[in-house]
Amino acid sequence: MSHDFVRQLPGAGLNSPRKATVGDMVHLDLPMVFLLLVISAYGLLILYSAGGQRTEPVMSQGLKILAGVVVMVLAAQISPIFYRRMAPWIFLAGLATLVLVYFFGLEIKGSRRWLRIPGVISFQPSEIMKLVLPLILAWYFHDRHLPPKARHVFWSLVIIAIPVMLIAFQPDLGTSLIIGASGLFVLLLAGIQWRLVFSAIGIGVISAPALWFVLRDYQRQRILTLLNPESDPLGAGWNIIQSKTAIGSGGLFGKGLFQGTQSHLDFLPESQTDFIIAVLGEELGFAGVVFLLILYILLVGRGVILSVQAQDTFGRLLCGSITFTFFVYVFVNIGMVSGILPVVGVPLPLVSFGGTSILTLFAGFGILMSVHTHRRITL
Amino acid sequence: MVEPLALKDHTWESRIFLKRIVVGFGILVVLTLFLVARFFYLQIVQHDVYATLSDKNRIQVQPLPPTRGLIYDRNGELLADNSPSFNLTITPERVDDIGGTLEHLNRILGLRDDEIEAFEKRKKRRRRPFESVPLLYRLTQEEIAIFSVDRHMMPGVEVEARLVRHYPRGELMVHAVGSVRRINEADARRIDPVAYAGTDHIGKIGVEKYYEPDLLGQVGYQQVEIDARGRVMKVMESTLPVPGKNLILHVDATLQQAAVDALGDRRGTVVAIEPETGGILAMVSKPGYDPNLFVTGIDHKTYASLRDSIDVPLFNRAIQGQYQPGSTIKPIIGLAGLVTGLITADYFIEDPGWFQLPGKERLYRDWNWRMSGAGGHGKVNLQKAIYRSCNVYFYTLSVKLGIDRIDDYLALFGLGVNTALDLPEAKNGLLPSREWKKENRGLPWYPGDTVNIGIGQGDMLVTPLQLATAVTVIANRGRWVAPRMLQSGSDLLNRSDATRMDSIELIPTHVWDYIIGSMEKVVHRGNQGFGENGTAWAHIGRDINYRMAGKSGTAQVVEIKQGEEYDEEILDERQRKHAWFVAFAPVDKPKIALAVLLENGGGGSEVAAPVARAILDHHLLGSVAPHVASVAGGEE
Repeated sequence: MSHDFVRQLPGAGLNSPRKATVGDMVHLDLPMVFLLLVISAYGLLILYSAGGQRTEPVMSQGLKILAGVVVMVLAAQISPIFYRRMAPWIFLAGLATLVLVYFFGLEIKGSRRWLRIPGVISFQPSEIMKLVLPLILAWYFHDRHLPPKARHVFWSLVIIAIPVMLIAFQPDLGTSLIIGASGLFVLLLAGIQWRLVFSAIGIGVISAPALWFVLRDYQRQRILTLLNPESDPLGAGWNIIQSKTAIGSGGLFGKGLFQGTQSHLDFLPESQTDFIIAVLGEELGFAGVVFLLILYILLVGRGVILSVQAQDTFGRLLCGSITFTFFVYVFVNIGMVSGILPVVGVPLPLVSFGGTSILTLFAGFGILMSVHTHRRITL
Repeated sequence: MVEPLALKDHTWESRIFLKRIVVGFGILVVLTLFLVARFFYLQIVQHDVYATLSDKNRIQVQPLPPTRGLIYDRNGELLADNSPSFNLTITPERVDDIGGTLEHLNRILGLRDDEIEAFEKRKKRRRRPFESVPLLYRLTQEEIAIFSVDRHMMPGVEVEARLVRHYPRGELMVHAVGSVRRINEADARRIDPVAYAGTDHIGKIGVEKYYEPDLLGQVGYQQVEIDARGRVMKVMESTLPVPGKNLILHVDATLQQAAVDALGDRRGTVVAIEPETGGILAMVSKPGYDPNLFVTGIDHKTYASLRDSIDVPLFNRAIQGQYQPGSTIKPIIGLAGLVTGLITADYFIEDPGWFQLPGKERLYRDWNWRMSGAGGHGKVNLQKAIYRSCNVYFYTLSVKLGIDRIDDYLALFGLGVNTALDLPEAKNGLLPSREWKKENRGLPWYPGDTVNIGIGQGDMLVTPLQLATAVTVIANRGRWVAPRMLQSGSDLLNRSDATRMDSIELIPTHVWDYIIGSMEKVVHRGNQGFGENGTAWAHIGRDINYRMAGKSGTAQVVEIKQGEEYDEEILDERQRKHAWFVAFAPVDKPKIALAVLLENGGGGSEVAAPVARAILDHHLLGSVAPHVASVAGGEE
C-alpha cells in the first residue's frame, strides 16, 4: 500500500496522507489538547475569582481536570475497533445502570440521578449515556447502508427513546433532552432525509403545548420565569435577574478580574457552577465572553475536522455526535444564563465546577482522538 | 430514492456526512453568533441599565436617625433624654417563613396577640427593601439571652439597639413637657418620610409636639455595600445626622414637685408663671401618667384603663380643662368699673345678702347669705367687695357695666382666646357675648346673664392657664407677657399662631394700686373681726412674711361626665364645686403668679389658697414650712 495509491482513492483529499506525528504516536491530537488545556486554564481562573479567590475550589477542580486528562489519554489509546465491538455491551451496561439508579439511586430534591456504590464510586449514569448513546447508534449504522432506511430510523429512534425515557423519569428533563439530541445528531449526520427532520420539528412545535401538561410545576415555573423574570424577583426570577445584571453590568471589558460585585456579594446564585459565565461576563466583560466563545468554536471546529477525517462510518458518526453534543452543552448553558433559554441544570463544559461532567467530557475527546490517531486505510 | 447498492458506498457516505457536518457546523456558528449578539445586547447596548441595577443591588442607602434634642428645665435638670432600647426586629426579605419564625419566637419569648397584630400592621407599611420591622420593644437582658440561644435558627431576626425617648421624671413632668408616641399610620401620611427615615417616634403632645421640627434633628445617611442577605459589608460614604436642638424650658422641676406635693392626692391643676417673662414655672395636672409607657408602645389594657378612668389622667387640666372662673375675675370687673368711671373707690352699696334685677322676681344671692342668716356684707365698696368677695356688689356693678364692656375688659386679659405661644393643646375657654349667645343658643342676651358673668359664672369658661395669665397681667400692671414653655433653644417660639396681645395701657397707676391692694387684703387683712377679714387670711395670711395678692373663687360643676355609672357617694363628691385660688407675689416686685384649681375641692380660700401659699413659699423662700404643707395637703 503506497502513498500514490491512496492519493487516487475517491475522497482522498480529505484523508490526505501524512507522516506519523508525535501526536499520532501517543494517540493524541495536539491542537485539540492545546485548546482543551487553554479553556480549562481559563475556566480555573474564572473559578478562582468566583470562589472568592480561595484556592480550594481551584485545587479540587484542577485535580478533576488532571483526572480528566488521564481518562482522555487512556481513552485515546484504545482502538476504535474495540469501542465498536464493545458498543452493544457498553450500551446494555449503561441501560442497566439507569435501571439501577431508578431503584437504588440517591434521592436528592425529589429526583434520583446518582448511583452510589459506597466506598467505591458515585456517579450519574445519565452522564455516561452522553457517550454511550452516540456509540451504540454509530455502531448500529456502521454496517448499514446510508442514508438510513425508514425502519432503521425507526429502530434507532427506539434505541434513543429507551435511555431518554429512563432519564426523564429520574426526573432529569434537561439531561434527557440533551442525550436525546446526541442521538438525533447521529441520525442527522447519517443522512436522514431533511423532510423527516423538518416534519419532526413541525410535530414538535405543534405538540409543544401538550408537553406543557406533562411538565412538573417547577419546570413550568422555569419557563414562566424565562418569559417574565420580574414576576417574582425574589423567588424564581432571582437567578436570572441577577445573572443578567451581572453580565450587563460588565460592559465591554468588565469590572476587572476579582472585582465583580454581583458574584462576590452573593447576589449571583450558583456562581461557581451553572452560572459561572455570568462571573466571567461581569469581570472580563464582552471581550472575555467572546474570547471564551472563540475558544469553544475552535474546539468544536477541531472536532468537526477530526470527524470528517475519520475513515469509517462508525468513527465519523461517533465523533460528529460527540462534538455537536459538546456544543449543545455550551449553548444551553450560556443561553440559560443570559436569559434566552429556561433554567435547566446544565454546567458550562470545562469551566463549571463539578465532577462527573469533566470526566465524561475528557473521555469523549479521548474517543475523538482515538478515532483520529488509529486511522488506517481500509477498503 | 436511489436503490441502495449491495455494497457499502464509502465515498457516497462520506460525502453525505461531509455535507451534513458542514451544514451542522454552520448552524453552530450561527448559534454562537446569536450568543455573541445576546451578550452584545446585554453588555454593550443595555450596559447602563444593568450597571445601575447592579449598583442598586449592592449599594444600599441606610438612614442614620438623629438623636432627638434634649429638654432641660431652667436649672439644667434633664426632663427628656434618650436611652437605648433593645428591640427585636425582623427583616421580611431575609425570612423564608415568617409564620414559622413568629411561632418560634412565641414559643421562647411569648408574644401577645396585639404585638403580632401591630407587627403585621407595621410590616404592611411602606418601607425600603431590607428595612427591618420591629416586633418587640425594650427587651430585657433575659429575653435577649433567651433569643440568642435560638438566634442561628432564625435568620433575619435581630436584636437592634435604638435610642428612644426617656422621661427621667416620669409622671411629674408629663403635662409640662408632653411626650412622643410611636408614628402611626395617620402620622405617616402627614410627615415627610425622608426626614423621618429611621425614626420611630414623633412628638405628639405639648412641647415635644410644638418643637418637633427642632427636636427631631436632621437625618443622616450612609451608603453601604451589602450582600444578598442584607449584611453590611462596608460603609462607602456617610453623612452624619445632625442631632436635634436641645431646649431649655422655663419650668422648674423642683417647683413642679412642690406643686404636686401641695396638691397631694387630690385632683387638680396648678399653673405658675414668671411675670417678668411669661415663662411657665410649673404646670401640673393631677392625676397624670407615666409618658414612658407610651414611648415603646403601651398594651391595650393599660391604655384602656388610662383612657377610661373617671379621673381622666391623659387630660391636661391646666390647658385643656375649661372651668367657670368664679370670683377670681372680680378684680378685673372692678378694674373695669373704675376705669370706665361708673364707680369710684368711694362708691358704696348696702348689701342685704341678695340682689334683684329691677322688675324681676328672681333673687341673686350672696355666697354668705346662708351662713350669716341675717344677710349680706353690709356697707361695701370695691375694696371690701374684693377682699370679702361680695357677690351683690358685683351683681350691681356688672349691670352697670353691661355685657359688652365686661367682655371688652376680660378680653384685655386674654380670656376667650389662646395666648399660649407653644402649647398646641391649649383651649380658648369661652367669653360669652351677645353674638355668641345668638349663634349658639338662638336666644337674646338677658340682663340676668350679665349678672352671672359678673361673678364668673354662667356660660363663661376659662382654662387655669388663662387665669394664671390674667393674674400675671395684673401683677405686671397691664404689661402683657405671652405664656410660654420655652426659655431658649428654638426660633419656633416666634412663629406661634397664638393670639398676640397688646399691653393694657392708659389705666392710671392708682387704679392698679387700688385693685392690687384689694387683692393683697384678701390674704393679709386680718384680726378685724367677723366678716371683716380677707377671705383667705384665716387660711394662709396669719404667718406670711412676704406680701401676696390673691383672689379665691368657686366654680359650679355644670355637668358630670361619665357620672351615671358611679355610686351615690362618688357622684356627690363629683358634684361639689371646684376651688380656685389665683395669686402673685411679692406684690411690689412679682416673681411668680399662679392659678390653682382643685376639682370638687369646695371653697377656694380654705382649699386652694393653702396650695397656692405652699407653692409661693417654695418659690420665694426655697422651702415650704411644714404646717403650710400640711394645710395645703388638706390634712389640717
